[in-house]
Amino acid sequence: MSENYGQRGLWRRDRVWSFLEPRAREVDVSRNVILYIEGVTVNFDGFKALNDLNLYINDGELRCLIGANGAGKTTLMDVITGKTQCNQGSVYFGQTINLLEHSEPEIARLGIGRKFQKPTVFEVHTVYENLELSLKTYKGVWYTLSAKLSMEEMDYIDEVLNIIGLEKHRYQVAGALSHGEKQWLEIGMLLAAEPRLLLIDEPVAGMTPQETERTAELLTSLAGDHTVVVVEHDMEFVRSIARTVTVLHQGSVLAEGSMEAIQNNPDVIEVYLGDQP
Amino acid sequence: MSQFFNALVSKGFFGKRIRNGVHMFSLILFVVVIVCSVSNLLVPEQSIFYVSTYTITLLGKYLCFALLALSVDVVWGYCGVLSLGHGAFFALGGYGMGMYLMRQVGDRGVYGNPDLPDFMVFLDWTELPWYWFGMDQFWFAIAMAIFIPGLLAFVFGWLAFRSRVTGVYLSIMTQALTYALMLAFFRNEMGFGGNNGLTDFKEILHFDLQSNETRVGLFFLSALVLIIALLLSQKIMKSRFGRVVISIRDGESRARFLGYVTDHYKVALFVYSAVLAAFAGVLYVPQVGIINPSEFSPINSIEVVVWVAVGGRGTLYGAAVGALLVNYAKTKFTAVLPDGWLFALGALFVGVTLYLPNGIVGFFEQRISFLKGDSSRELDSFEVKDKKSVSEVEV
Ligand SMILES: Nc1ncnc2c1ncn2[C@@H]1O[C@H](COP(=O)(O)OP(=O)(O)O)[C@@H](O)[C@H]1O
Ligand SMILES: [Mg+2]
Repeated sequence: MSENYGQRGLWRRDRVWSFLEPRAREVDVSRNVILYIEGVTVNFDGFKALNDLNLYINDGELRCLIGANGAGKTTLMDVITGKTQCNQGSVYFGQTINLLEHSEPEIARLGIGRKFQKPTVFEVHTVYENLELSLKTYKGVWYTLSAKLSMEEMDYIDEVLNIIGLEKHRYQVAGALSHGEKQWLEIGMLLAAEPRLLLIDEPVAGMTPQETERTAELLTSLAGDHTVVVVEHDMEFVRSIARTVTVLHQGSVLAEGSMEAIQNNPDVIEVYLGDQP
Repeated sequence: MSQFFNALVSKGFFGKRIRNGVHMFSLILFVVVIVCSVSNLLVPEQSIFYVSTYTITLLGKYLCFALLALSVDVVWGYCGVLSLGHGAFFALGGYGMGMYLMRQVGDRGVYGNPDLPDFMVFLDWTELPWYWFGMDQFWFAIAMAIFIPGLLAFVFGWLAFRSRVTGVYLSIMTQALTYALMLAFFRNEMGFGGNNGLTDFKEILHFDLQSNETRVGLFFLSALVLIIALLLSQKIMKSRFGRVVISIRDGESRARFLGYVTDHYKVALFVYSAVLAAFAGVLYVPQVGIINPSEFSPINSIEVVVWVAVGGRGTLYGAAVGALLVNYAKTKFTAVLPDGWLFALGALFVGVTLYLPNGIVGFFEQRISFLKGDSSRELDSFEVKDKKSVSEVEV
């Protein structure tokens, strides 16, 4: 799946079953757009959680999605990651990969990482093990039975630990971390998978102001190498990281642009910002 | 004895090896089994150190149950798949062995037919059904006794896990599976002896099944297989595969988003578990001398779950401890109050769930790590928490 396995890759046991693994396909970003979402509609028993939604995400950008509760932000992430089927529309990863044809694990291996709204780390595993399980490597049954960490992988885990600032907690079980640390660990788990696109759902909910600030730094530092889509409620936080903001309202895009443009947009003021104290 | 033991430990002979419950349990079991075997074969019957053949066979039976409990712990304790149908895999393994033992009877049956087991002669059958062919070969019979339950687990697991059946629904399906098999095996036309099952065995690999030596041999073999299964399971659970399995237990959706095809893991683990259960059945039948459809009855499978809960789920050796203790209690209890056992079992389950959520083993491990002032989790139990370990509202 990746070049850096070199010769060992030739006799990896799960190569025998390679036909079971999805073909390793690199995302084609020649037009500079990494995610195309066109005309997507999701119908929950007559209620349209997403309604003819169009959204394009450029390669390497940091995009904020905002919108009132129930606007469909989480549902949108569910559609992109293969958890929810959409009734209409198309979702393409780069020019060539039709995400609607793939299952959740396949989409993860294609290079799309997702952070849930609530932190979901494996609490009985140590921080280190959580990262180990997230590494971009073979995920087949036979391979994991005898998998050992390579030197490069260990170095990479150290690097991720460093980025998320949890070096001191590496052998601690994840269940013992604070709420904010769990959120960072989960972001670290995404990084360990070396994704192209990160989908991050409400990362700072429940964080202290200091933790929020650190998270903002972390996310901005990730953009560029990765494409990052952040869903957030906290306008202060959005203001501190956003370059482009997209406003969702009742399952479709209401407005899109820089933070100032959004704040002065009369539609947005009416339906969303107007409600804010 | 204990001095010898201490010396071994303090000399660091086993040093790192005896640092966890599975190793400790295996060592103790091994020593006990050797002592019992020697006391049966070499000590004269009048001596107080003599262990009767009856006791040996009883212990051998318990060891098979311990292996069955281990197989349930592997899927339930580590992957959260509560199977209430593992008795089916156990019984199928037992029937495989029973078929071999039946063919070994040869012309010494009541009707003296060299090819047909007695019950077939009784039903006026004239030739052996095709699925009995080859079962007179020991290795083929054992292979089938393991392969068929494994295949059934594979097909069942594939269908159930792929359609994402989980929780109570899965448990009910496993009950239905074993119940359906019980009804099928009750039918005479199935060719497995109907409700009488297979019995009146004479010998195994030309060893007389009634002799002390054979009994001790089977007992010893049961212990050996249990120890190997414990060590192998521990190795699997300590590999990355094991960590993925635990992750699936605690947050299957998260594991999928990390790129793991969780159904494959569950199917693989389920098949491994069924194979362990089948081995238990294979070892069980020659020791008790009979296999009949009641082994498929749903209540048997539920009992196994109680053993695991009592011992402590998610610890491997806890399952074995639970099986040994509960079955010992059952033997004692039914001698006094034959009809009360199911009530006692129910009470035991409720009591353990309320007061010992991590089972006996979990309770002692917590005490020990508390005494050692040890907050790391060197002890092998991945504690099974009551609350869901992963907070996942959106799944
Ligand atoms: N599985 C579902 N079945 C029915 N309705 C759902 C389901 N998931 C989400 N919804 C509804 O879709 C709407 C959008 O939800 P969501 O995407 O979670 O919003 P948010 O923007 O707050 O993340 C909400 O009104 C929610 O109640
Ligand atoms: Mg949401």
